[in-house]
Parts: sequence; C-alpha cells; structure tokens
Amino acid sequence: MNVIYGLLAISILVALVFFGLFIFSVKKGQFDDDYTPSVRMLFEDELVKEEDAQNDKNSNKQQKQL
Amino acid sequence: MTKDKCFHCGDDCLTTKIEQDEKMFCCRGCLTVYEIFSENDLTCYYDLEQNPGTTPLDIDGKFDYLNQQDIVEKLIDFQEDTTEVVTLYIPHIHCSSCIWILENLNKLNSHILNSQVDFPKKKVCITYTTDEFSLKLLVELMARIGYEPYISLENYDKTQERLDRSLVYKIGVAGFAFGNVMFLSFPEYFEVSEYWLEQYKPVFRWLMFFFSLPVVFYAGQDYFKSAIKGLRSRILNIDIPIALGITVLFIRSSVDIFFDLGSGFFDSLTGLVFFLLLGKIVQQKTYKFMSFERDYKSYFPIAVTKLNTENQEENIQVYDIQRGDRLLIRNQELIPVDGILMSASAEIDYSFVTGEARHVQKVSGDKVYAGGKQKGAAVEIVAEKSVEQSYLTQLWSNDVFQKDYNPKFQSLIDKISKKFTIAVLTIAFSGLAFWLFYDASLALNVFTAVLIIACPCAIALATPFALGNLLRIFGKNGFYIKNTNVLEQMANLDVFVFDKTGTLTTSQKNDISYSGLELSKEDKMVLKNSFRNSNHPLSRELYSFLDSQNIYDSESFEEHMGEGIVSSYKDHTYKLGSAKFVSSPAEQSSLSTAVHISKDEKYMGKFEFETRYRAGVQDLFRSLDDHYKLIILSGDNEGEKPILTKMLPKTTQMFFNQKPDSKMRLIEKIQSEEKQVAMIGDGLNDAGALKQADIGIAISENVNVFSPACDAIMDASQLSNLDEYVSISQKGIRIIKLSFIFSFLYNAIGLYFALTGQLQPVIAAILMPLSSISIVIFTTLATNFISKSIQKP
Repeated sequence: MNVIYGLLAISILVALVFFGLFIFSVKKGQFDDDYTPSVRMLFEDELVKEEDAQNDKNSNKQQKQL
Repeated sequence: MTKDKCFHCGDDCLTTKIEQDEKMFCCRGCLTVYEIFSENDLTCYYDLEQNPGTTPLDIDGKFDYLNQQDIVEKLIDFQEDTTEVVTLYIPHIHCSSCIWILENLNKLNSHILNSQVDFPKKKVCITYTTDEFSLKLLVELMARIGYEPYISLENYDKTQERLDRSLVYKIGVAGFAFGNVMFLSFPEYFEVSEYWLEQYKPVFRWLMFFFSLPVVFYAGQDYFKSAIKGLRSRILNIDIPIALGITVLFIRSSVDIFFDLGSGFFDSLTGLVFFLLLGKIVQQKTYKFMSFERDYKSYFPIAVTKLNTENQEENIQVYDIQRGDRLLIRNQELIPVDGILMSASAEIDYSFVTGEARHVQKVSGDKVYAGGKQKGAAVEIVAEKSVEQSYLTQLWSNDVFQKDYNPKFQSLIDKISKKFTIAVLTIAFSGLAFWLFYDASLALNVFTAVLIIACPCAIALATPFALGNLLRIFGKNGFYIKNTNVLEQMANLDVFVFDKTGTLTTSQKNDISYSGLELSKEDKMVLKNSFRNSNHPLSRELYSFLDSQNIYDSESFEEHMGEGIVSSYKDHTYKLGSAKFVSSPAEQSSLSTAVHISKDEKYMGKFEFETRYRAGVQDLFRSLDDHYKLIILSGDNEGEKPILTKMLPKTTQMFFNQKPDSKMRLIEKIQSEEKQVAMIGDGLNDAGALKQADIGIAISENVNVFSPACDAIMDASQLSNLDEYVSISQKGIRIIKLSFIFSFLYNAIGLYFALTGQLQPVIAAILMPLSSISIVIFTTLATNFISKSIQKP
C-alpha cells in the first residue's frame, strides 16, 4: 500500500531530474544552433588521424579556461 | 565538372587559366588559396563539396585599423592574459566545406587554438593567443583564404545580446506538467469505484493540483498579462477568453478536488496551455543569419584613414571624426561623413544612397555626401560634419524609425475575438439564468462548463500554424518574412510601390550596344587592350563584351581618372571616355551611360549601356495591374521613362528624381487615403519608404549581404513571383477562416454537453486535444497544398 507512495515519489523524482536536465541544456545554449553539430559530427573521422598531441593539449587547456 | 571551371571557386575561367596539379584555376587568388590548403594538408576542403571557395579580394591596408587596441577591445568577446576570443560574421559561409575549413584554422596557424562555427548565424567563434599574433593577423589570414569577416560600425556598438529563451522554458514546464497530469488522471477516466482507486484518489488529485500550479502561474502568465493589457485599452483580444478559460478551469478544478466533488479538469488545463504555447513557438520562425532591423551602422566602416598634420596615415574610429579632419578614402571604400573633395577628381557610386545607377564625377572642391563609395584611386576629403549629423544618417532620426509597429493594423484574430468573447459570455450567462430557475444546484456547474469548453484553443492555433507554415515555405523559396503579421497584411494590400534601380533593374549586367562608324579589326584590338589596362568598372564590362583579340603590350597608355583613356598604337592615337573628354559632336547631355571613342581626333562612335530589367518584371506588373495600383518611385533621372512606359501597364504612375525623404512622404500621402501600401526597394535610399510603408520588402541579389530595415527580404530571383506570394497569402487567410468554422463546430458540440450539465472531465480531455490537433493538421496540409504553385528558384 505504502509502496504506491514510494513509487510515486520515485517516479516524480526521476521526471524532475530529466526536466532539470532539459532546462539546464536550454540555458547552456545547446539548442541555439540546431544545424552545425549535425555536420560537424561527420568530420570527426578526418580529424582524428591528423590531430597531434599538441593540439589535444591546446584544446584541453582551452576547455579549462572557459 | 567541366574542364574550364575553376577548381576553387567554380567560376568559368574566362581570361586567365592557370593549371596546377591537373586542376584549373581562374585567377592567381584562387590558386593561392589552393596552395595554402594543399601545403597544410587541408585539401579535404575540396572533397566535401565541389568548388566551395571564393576568390579572395584585395585587402591591402583594409584592416589596418585593427592595430588599434581600443577598437580591438570593442570587437572581442573575451580576453585573459594572452588568450582572446572573438566572434566574427562571415557572409561567405554556405556549405559543409566552409564549416570544416573554419574549424580547422588551427592547422593553418598554430596561434589559433580553437574555432567553432555557428552555421545558421554564419558566425565563427575563434580562440587565439596573442603571442606574436593579433586579431589583425587573424582577420587577414581569413581574408586570404576567401573567408573575409564583415566588420562594420554595428559590431562596434554591439551590446551583449540576450537571448530570450523564456518561451522554451514555459513549453518545458507546460509539457512536463501535461504529461504527468495525463498519467495521474488516466485511472479516473474509467470511473470504476474500485477499492485501490478510491483509496489513492486524493493523492493523485492533489499531485495534479500541484503540477498545474506552475502551468497557471508561470507558463500561462503571458495570457493574463495580455488580457489585462487588452482590457485596459478596451480591446477584446483573443487572450481574454483564453485567460478566462484558464482561470475558470483552475478555480473550478481546485474547488472540485477541495470539496471532493470530482477529479477536476487539470488534464485539459495543462494540455490547453501546452498546445497554445506550441502555437506560439511555431509562429516564431526566425532567420538567424539575417536581421530586419538594420540601420546605416551595418554599412559603415569602423575606422577610416586620417591624414595627420605631417601627412602621415593614421587610423581613427569613425565616431571620432571631427570637422576639418583630412580623410583618405581608398578604392571601394565608403565615405563616412559629408565632406569636401580635396583630390583633383573622384568617381563616386551613390547607387546605395540615391538609387542612381551612374557613378557621379566630382572635382576638387565639390561636396561629397556620406554613403557614397569611391571607385578608383584613393582620394582625400575634408570632413564637414560628424557621422551622426551627415545628410544620410539624419534620415534615421526621423520619427518613422522610432515606432515599432503599425497601430492601424488589426489582425483577423483580433477582429473575430471581439464577437467571440461577447458570444461566449452571452451563452454562459443565459445558461446560468436558465439553470437558476430550473435546477439551481447545477447552475454554477453549467456556467463554468461553458467557459471551459468555449476556450478558443483551436481558434488561437489556426493562425500560428497556417501562417507559420507559409512563412517557412516562403523562406525556403527565398522570400524571408519577418513575422506572421506581415503575411496577414500582405493579403490586404491596395498599392504596390516599386523602386527602379536595383529593384526592377539588375545591377549585375548591362546590355551594351555600339553605334557609330564601323571599327576595324585593328581598332577593336587596340580598344580591347586599352580596356584591359583600365580598372574602371565600365572598362571591365567593355573588356568582357569585346571579342577576344591578340594581347600586346601597350606602347603608350594613359588613364585620366574620371575622364577616360588615351592610348596609342603604331601611329594612331585613340581616346576613349566621356563625351566631353573625347569631344563628341553632340548629345553631351544624353541620359544613358556611354563610352565614346575617337581615333586621331576623329569621332568614331560610342558604346551605350542599357540597364537590364529583371526577368519577369513585365509579367509581374501585368498580373498585379488587375487588382492593385502600381507606382514606380525612382531616385534616378527620367532617362528610362520611355522604356518603362512601353513595357509596363498604362495605369502605372511614375515619379523620378525622388530623394529618400520625398519617397517616404509620398508613401505617407498614399496611406492617408486609407490605402495599404507595399514598398519594394533595395538601397539605403529606400530605407525611409520601406519603414513607412505598411509592408517594406527589400530586394537583394544575395540575401547574405545587407539590406535596409524592412518587413521582408526577397531574393532578387523571386521578384517575378511576387504576385504568386500575394495570392497565396490571401488563400492562407481563407484557410484560417475555414478552420475557424471547424473550431466553431467543435465548440458547438462541447456547448451541448456544457449547457445540459453533462460535461465530464473526460469529454473535455478528449474534445480539447482533438479539436486542436485536427486544426493543426488541416492548416498544415492546406497551406502546403496552396503553395505548390511557387516556381522554384
């Protein structure tokens, strides 16, 4: 009987977590550009073979700064 | 790929052909870009798309102002130690190759750390270090590979733009609550008085109540605000019955669960708000890469070259120009302020300001106005006024540019909502009165049920979905409209006003004809070679007009800026240029543009340039003439009048020599006769008229390039389809009216249940989404059907 209350609480909690994630991603601007990522995704293969260690380091450093 | 197409930019290789690695290039510039890419292992650029590039333009000295730290600081987004982040607008971004190369800039220069493209906005965000590197070097690197950023005065004044994402949050809240409430209310739809259900009913109901709180007080708040605003200004807008519906739904449902009378209408309530917000977002189609709100700032440069007292060049910010400053204006540069010409002569292209196609010759001491573009060698001017006080920029201080919308315009939904609100209230109160006599216990139930079921969800959705879809379809074809109101206004027009230069005519190519004495083969050869040596735009056109000839090195060639060319071959002397320069016998005041030729002081003849009208202009005018009044407003002289009269319907009125503000006033005059006016124009000279008109449509050869503030931007190739677009928008309005009838039918069914006191939550929960979804499907399919007739560009 009481298990229903528990289940209700859990389900609403899970729903709220996903709702929070949605709001968070909108706030971060993840839905602002809905085209470029779809194209960029197809480039990844070519990048890997040419990417050298230094570039990796640079991009890591960059992420930390932002 | 054909053999003589440039591998880099895809243009035909006409005059020069350079072969490298079995590939053809149309010029040195394209080849250089290719070499840069192949040296850096970036030829992948050419694998992604065919001929993705563009010829890099000459940028010598153009970006020198970026040496100045205070200008750079205004442009960059972020700076820390030696790292800077800048966002640049690059009009050329158009394909996946562009994204690829711009995101691999770090391979071209190790100082660039990271770059990210936003394709819809045509912007790239670049992070770089400033050790032995600078914004100027970055911009020059990009210009060298054909991706020259566009930096204008607008960038200088930019304030951090804040994106309004509240609508998305609201939809998120409403959708979240709608989904959960649906689940929670589902068990009660079946009305089984079962033990478990009875026991947990209160929990489910109170949960629904709490889910609906943010929907009413956050997601739906705009409807209350708008309803209050409407009531204050005594307009019964569509948001009044909506706000009334939401309020009644919420109060009735809360009372129901509080006194344990029923399960309430929380499912319908959250669903209603969710669907309404969906309609709002559909209506809000935005074109991120174009702006409809531009003023002169997007055309003006950030900095100009000033000559200081020691005659040294120095870059100064445009706003810092003071009276008496000596400015150096290079080829293709814009004159930022009104001033006086100091150099011997200048040739200024005012087409953007006045609409006049011909370049204007100015001599030393003449007044030059801001907005003109210098063509040819660099000239010096002395500033007379500051930027804001110049003749052109003063246009923007006119009141027209302050007002935001057209107060006269009443949309279809506004018209209908008044009658609708009155009808709903009448029905609700007569229902109340009837049941008070008949069975008073049901009276309040009926009254609220009427207000709930009559909530005009389907009506409020018809317009956004029908017009929003048309907006998208038009945009795909090259006709970009600011918002759905503009589309609605397009269906009610009475008068079309066209600008001539650049709108009806194309600025790309002219028809050239020769008249006079016959030219021998040798003459033609000399002419072709002379034109080849000259940089004047007319020479360029004549060069490609004449048949190919032997190229020889000219023995004597002299170009007189703004007048003509003197060229000699063997023992003949040729003079080419203006009528005065060549001393042509007659027609010095001829209205058309011409290049005159003389050989050994004997007049030979002239090449005449005729403006070419866009394809389909004649048909467009003929088909519009049946229903609309047509007017042509030109800043140009009357030279084209005979051609226009012959070409266009007789009823077309024409006005020539119109100044920017007189164009605006003429539109105002037509409007005062209660007429709805559409202005179709292109340049800055039309800016006032475009803004004054009920609808301002800017014509653009290339929609990536800037166009003045307007309500719609149209790709030039679509001009001949204008009549089609207008008729589709009228059909669109008819579709909306039809869907109003459908939603009234749904309302009638709902009212039957409501008035007889049988409205169960489950009926409302079925009727509301059913009516909304069917209206959405109907309008979308119908608008797709009516716009099939648009001819693809």
